[in-house]
Amino acid sequence: MSMRASIRNAASVGTARGLRSRAAAETVMRIVFLIAACACILCVGLICAFLLANGAPAIARIGPLKFLFGLDWKPGRNLYGAAPMIVGSLFVTAGAVIAGVPIGVLTAVFLARFCGKRLYRFISPAISMMAGIPSVVYGFFGMTALVPVMRAWFGAGKSVLTASILLGIMILPTVIRVSESALRAVPDSYYEGAAALGASRERSVFFCVLPAAKSGVIAAVVLGIGRAIGETMAVIMVAGNQAVMPGGILSGVRTLTANIALEMGYAADLHREALIGCAVVLFAFILLINLLLSAVKRKGA
Amino acid sequence: MRGGRIDPVSIVLRIAACASAACAALAGVGMIGFILIKGVPHIAPSLFAWRYTSDNVSMTPAIINTVIMTAMALLIAAPLGILAAVYLSEYARRGSRAVRIIRVASETLAGIPSIIYGLFGFLFFVVALRWGLSMLAGGFTLSIMILPLVTRTAEEALLAVPDMYREGSFALGAGRVRTVFRVALPAAAPGILAGVILAVGRVVGESAALILTAGTAAKASASLMKSGRTMAVHMYNLSSEGLHINQTYACAVVLIALAAMINALSSWAARKAERAALGGGND
Repeated sequence: MSMRASIRNAASVGTARGLRSRAAAETVMRIVFLIAACACILCVGLICAFLLANGAPAIARIGPLKFLFGLDWKPGRNLYGAAPMIVGSLFVTAGAVIAGVPIGVLTAVFLARFCGKRLYRFISPAISMMAGIPSVVYGFFGMTALVPVMRAWFGAGKSVLTASILLGIMILPTVIRVSESALRAVPDSYYEGAAALGASRERSVFFCVLPAAKSGVIAAVVLGIGRAIGETMAVIMVAGNQAVMPGGILSGVRTLTANIALEMGYAADLHREALIGCAVVLFAFILLINLLLSAVKRKGA
Repeated sequence: MRGGRIDPVSIVLRIAACASAACAALAGVGMIGFILIKGVPHIAPSLFAWRYTSDNVSMTPAIINTVIMTAMALLIAAPLGILAAVYLSEYARRGSRAVRIIRVASETLAGIPSIIYGLFGFLFFVVALRWGLSMLAGGFTLSIMILPLVTRTAEEALLAVPDMYREGSFALGAGRVRTVFRVALPAAAPGILAGVILAVGRVVGESAALILTAGTAAKASASLMKSGRTMAVHMYNLSSEGLHINQTYACAVVLIALAAMINALSSWAARKAERAALGGGND
């Protein structure tokens, strides 16, 4: 008792009290910072919980096999087969990779190794600009410029092909930026070594610098895949959105994202839950992509 | 192969790189040019009239909603993200388990597509919390969406502040909190700002997540509990109605102009941050 009192007395002396309250403030702020940092974890947890709690029972009720492999999506007749949309998402994403990745990576090589300073000052802001343009604008451009051209050339306007090309353009900035910085991170000695052995400038870059930047380039591709599979509005505007298995690259297609955005507004009961089931499938793809990305990064480090 | 014979492989590779860059530039410039040519002639004063009617699809209400939405999302996400970044860069031990878990969570959040944010916002804010389709639900949803972006850029900016700044502050007797707020954060401010401006760009451009959470009411929303559409959603609605194609082009022009402005601001802030990092203690 007396000891506690003496401590209290000591604390009331100016500097000691100041120190104690300062230590308390430090602790409080430390906890505040920690709580803020944990907000991310809370958000991920909430999102997972809400999707699974609403989506998993529906998938169970429909039957996981019927949901994942069923070919008919007819909410009016209580048929919820998501296979056309899953295949649609995969088709369109693969198309975007085929359309966007080679051009993106080659452009990154050009920017990092062949581009003059003055040209770079023009192209580099243009690419940042492309990254900042909203996806509705891309979609509208696709709808008004790309779709008529595709209709004139191939006879089919809104199709897997159109969506792939548009998404290919949309993932360009991501692919270019990430692979460019990977290429720039390769030490100059790689290039100089190859050149010293007599390789031409192009051969040195493509057969020595590019392989050295491999993991960064792969990370760029994976990020691009993530963007393409998650894109919603632009795809809705150019893909046709028929909920049937796409017959070829010129047939219309509906992706998982489009399915959710188009029907969520009016869906109820099992229909709504089946849409959330679609989101669970999409989320599984995204998690897979994230795992892939961190594996690539770990390998690169 | 240099000098003597011509090496076909080198030429093909060179041409491929140049042609691809030309293609990429053409895609970007072509799209922006197309929208500008089609849209600029249709930007009329009537498009900025105070009220939206079905005859005159004014975008003023949508612009007002966009400003409110941006402010709301930033008000929530910016402090949270910056405080989180302070924890990650100033307090946590590098590579500790807490940091690893937070980083994984943040990367997962960053990879989630906007439609899933929209769906989550719909299930949580609109349905579970009974906020209805409202600006508030939209703002909260978007704040979660931009949180990883703000956190990561702020963390990078803080990590770029040289340790001697902190050591100087400690040597003068300042505590940790004081050092964070008076030394580290001000020094990192331009970099943090660049990230926050990028986040503004994401809010302005977002549509999928907002359609499911804030709805598509065309009026400027009178309260945060009412539905309201931002510019991007307004443009999507116009284009899907298909009745006002010219006005849709005009909307696209405004959105591109906004994106360009945000882009320029962000890279200005980033340049400033770079200069501050290079300048060290000289200024």
